Amino acid sequence: MRCYSLQVNGQTYKVETHAMARLLDVLRCDLELTGTKEGCGEGECGACSVLMNGELVNSCLIPVAQANGAAIETVEGLCVDGRLHAVQKAFLECGGAQCGMCTPGMLVASAHLLRKNPTPGSTEIRESLNGNLCRCTGYMRIFEAVERAVGDASKGLG
Amino acid sequence: MGQERIVGKSVLRKEGLAKVCGRAHYVDDLKLPGMLHGATVRSSIARGRVLGIEFGSGIPWEEFVIVTATDIPGANEIALINHDWPCLAAEVVNHPEEPIVLLAHRDRHLLSKAVAAVRMTYEEWPAVFTMEESELCDPVVWGEDNLFKSFVMEKGDVDAVWAQADRIVEGEYTTGAQEHLYIENNGAIAVYSPQNGLTVWGSLQCPFYVHKSLMKVMGLPEEKVRIVQVETGGAFGGKEDYPSMIGAHAALLAMKSGQPVKIVYDRAEDMAATTKRHPSRVRHRTAVSREGKLLGAEIDIALDGGAYSTLSPTVLSRATIHAGGPYYWPNIRVRSKAMATNHPPYGAFRGFGAPQSLFAIERHMDHIAEELGMAPDELRRINFLKRGQDTSTGQKIQEDIDLAQLMERALTQSDYQAKRARFARENEDAGMKKKGIGLAAFLHGSGFTGSGERHLNSLAAMDVTAEGKARVLVSSTEFGQGTNTILCQIAAETLGVDYDTVEMGPPDTSVVPNTGPTVASRTSMVVGKLVHCAAVDLRKALIASGLLGEEYATEEFVAASRTYVERYGPLRAESRYEAPPGVHWDDQKYRGEAYAAYAWAVYVAEVTVDLTTCVVNVDDFVAVQEVGRVLNPVLAMGQVEGGVAQGIGWALYEKVMWNRGRMQNNQMTNYIIPTSQDIPPIRVFFEECPFGHGAYGAKGIGELPMDGPAPAILNAVAHATGQQFDSVPLLPEDIFRQMKERETAREVVCL
Repeated sequence: MRCYSLQVNGQTYKVETHAMARLLDVLRCDLELTGTKEGCGEGECGACSVLMNGELVNSCLIPVAQANGAAIETVEGLCVDGRLHAVQKAFLECGGAQCGMCTPGMLVASAHLLRKNPTPGSTEIRESLNGNLCRCTGYMRIFEAVERAVGDASKGLG
Repeated sequence: MGQERIVGKSVLRKEGLAKVCGRAHYVDDLKLPGMLHGATVRSSIARGRVLGIEFGSGIPWEEFVIVTATDIPGANEIALINHDWPCLAAEVVNHPEEPIVLLAHRDRHLLSKAVAAVRMTYEEWPAVFTMEESELCDPVVWGEDNLFKSFVMEKGDVDAVWAQADRIVEGEYTTGAQEHLYIENNGAIAVYSPQNGLTVWGSLQCPFYVHKSLMKVMGLPEEKVRIVQVETGGAFGGKEDYPSMIGAHAALLAMKSGQPVKIVYDRAEDMAATTKRHPSRVRHRTAVSREGKLLGAEIDIALDGGAYSTLSPTVLSRATIHAGGPYYWPNIRVRSKAMATNHPPYGAFRGFGAPQSLFAIERHMDHIAEELGMAPDELRRINFLKRGQDTSTGQKIQEDIDLAQLMERALTQSDYQAKRARFARENEDAGMKKKGIGLAAFLHGSGFTGSGERHLNSLAAMDVTAEGKARVLVSSTEFGQGTNTILCQIAAETLGVDYDTVEMGPPDTSVVPNTGPTVASRTSMVVGKLVHCAAVDLRKALIASGLLGEEYATEEFVAASRTYVERYGPLRAESRYEAPPGVHWDDQKYRGEAYAAYAWAVYVAEVTVDLTTCVVNVDDFVAVQEVGRVLNPVLAMGQVEGGVAQGIGWALYEKVMWNRGRMQNNQMTNYIIPTSQDIPPIRVFFEECPFGHGAYGAKGIGELPMDGPAPAILNAVAHATGQQFDSVPLLPEDIFRQMKERETAREVVCL
């Protein structure tokens, strides 16, 4: 057991745990931030996607020792002062969330895409989300939501 | 139609805000004080007798709660249709991954070590792994003849028809197992005390199925069992039957330990141990006239049901009734059977037998067209069921449906005719990349089959809260498909109040009445209608109380409701199912109104087949359907798009690899579902013929889109390659192998 420090959604947390504890479990169990989901536990589905120092990672593959001192962003951090992020608003309006299990990871991946590239085309949207599996939507409403978020952001609505 | 304020509008998903904020709580997000984690020790062999269970060294076993079949206080059975599915294997195991021992401990990591430390010794018995082996009854692994169920459905005089036929066309079509792959695995939490009885929170579709099953396993009366559905992360039928199993396991551990117990499977366990879509083999023999008139059919359906019967009899029933597709058959005989093998039991999966038999008929129609030298669309046009004609069960089509027009719309949207001609021409010198376009026409019965809805005898209710809001009280659950939203839309429309003034009651068996299971594309049509009727009565009661006038604003409704509750206590209205007039069913002869209504569709797929890599890419997909009134366009499109994506997966990607009854590729790494880059533009179009006995004219929609993609895609592959493929899934290696075999066969002939 060792003490690790994480900055999650701007807040600093200290966690006492094993070096190989998965970041996913630290977030969900130790910090009780259950918005991040586990789908496969092997880095295939992207349900556990979070940002670590601005990079999109599968938190099920990150040992906490590797995340020590890092800035982590999760779905809970997208909404600031009760105001939905442009991608959250667009997913809600376009039907991008059905069962909701892939949604937190999908939203984090979408927000990450828009941060890197504020005006992605449809090919870039498809490529950027290919690590996030959805079994409900067939992806069409998700693409539409990301496109709408791009439009809203460019109109200053994000 | 079109006068409504809320129905037909894309209002926001009721629980959508919680979902996009990460605030929706699924079973693994819940924690109770003193909670233990549970795990399952499973059989490593397919069939045999358990001789011994040894608890290996190095584990502090005294800290563990251990449950075996002898701890079951009630009956050792998961109650579905028959009584053959054990909750825990007692002496005999019939498939790999069958549960034998349950363990619980506070420490999850120690728990997984403990599972690995339990060693079983077996006397291994011979097993069967294919339908063909099962048919030989060598050995018999279930009942007297390995047969879970069989049907014969007959219309006209099939035996007389062969002599009149200009052509007789035969074919055999097979489909593989498919994993649901909901993103949330199965999970349940149980709490038990002798005073309060049992409560189970779970990821599930059908609270009262679990309720019925747990009463039996735990030997508890109705009022001592409470089932609560928590937010459920996808189901697709996969959480119709299995939650009764995992719920019972959590309950047994909770009862023995006296502490709350949570069992949540990891992906590998969920894929290896839980139910899947039934593999099928369908044989067609069709008599047809020179002009393309279908004269008669003999269809043989076989389903692999796995080791226990679970829901196989009803899956088979739907497969049987849908076998003839959306065509008029003067003579038809369908023989069908569901057989036992030593695979984990197959269960409900979106479509419930219909995708299997519709794949067969829709591939077969293209074969017939080819034999006759006709265009596939022309053969279908000639034979489409029309209003006033009767189906294979003798049901007269009353709906105002025009399938030829539906098809025309799909052909126009996909530019089918021009592309069909152009691809055929260009494929001649297109190098290794060939293009093709194919179609499928199909139907899907809404609600339970035959007398099923009558037997369910569903009850829905509405009440008002102390805050003056209206509540929908049903056991129909939300698992992504939009139940919460559409039922609130229906209620709000009927009550004449804002959408936000209606909320869903908790999906808790101690609060809501039994509205039947959330399956069979029945929620919009059947449950929606019950909610509508309950809302009508709720409104009448408020008006009759004198607190509300005939005309009112939402605020007045809220004020009147609040006053009513203050003055008189609870206000509740109920509605019980009544079959629409003219719906009759003969369970013995399999004749009559199989479904109160059907949804109809024509799908067109455009593909590119790369003959170098044998990879099939779907380039465009057009889905045209008639589902009655569309209650919420965004949700309805989401249902169709999601179903089409699952259908594309079933057709081209998703292959369960078996080894002696065990799934070998039980990981997302090697069981491949479509990603964002595999899905073509899915273009969805609705025709709307409101159904008089559905809520605001709605029929079923959820399962329909699973039926069409596989045959449409394989018809397109045949068009692209000039070669026939009659099995799904069709992976590049399958295309390569079949083309190689045919080439070799041709070379042998040439020699």
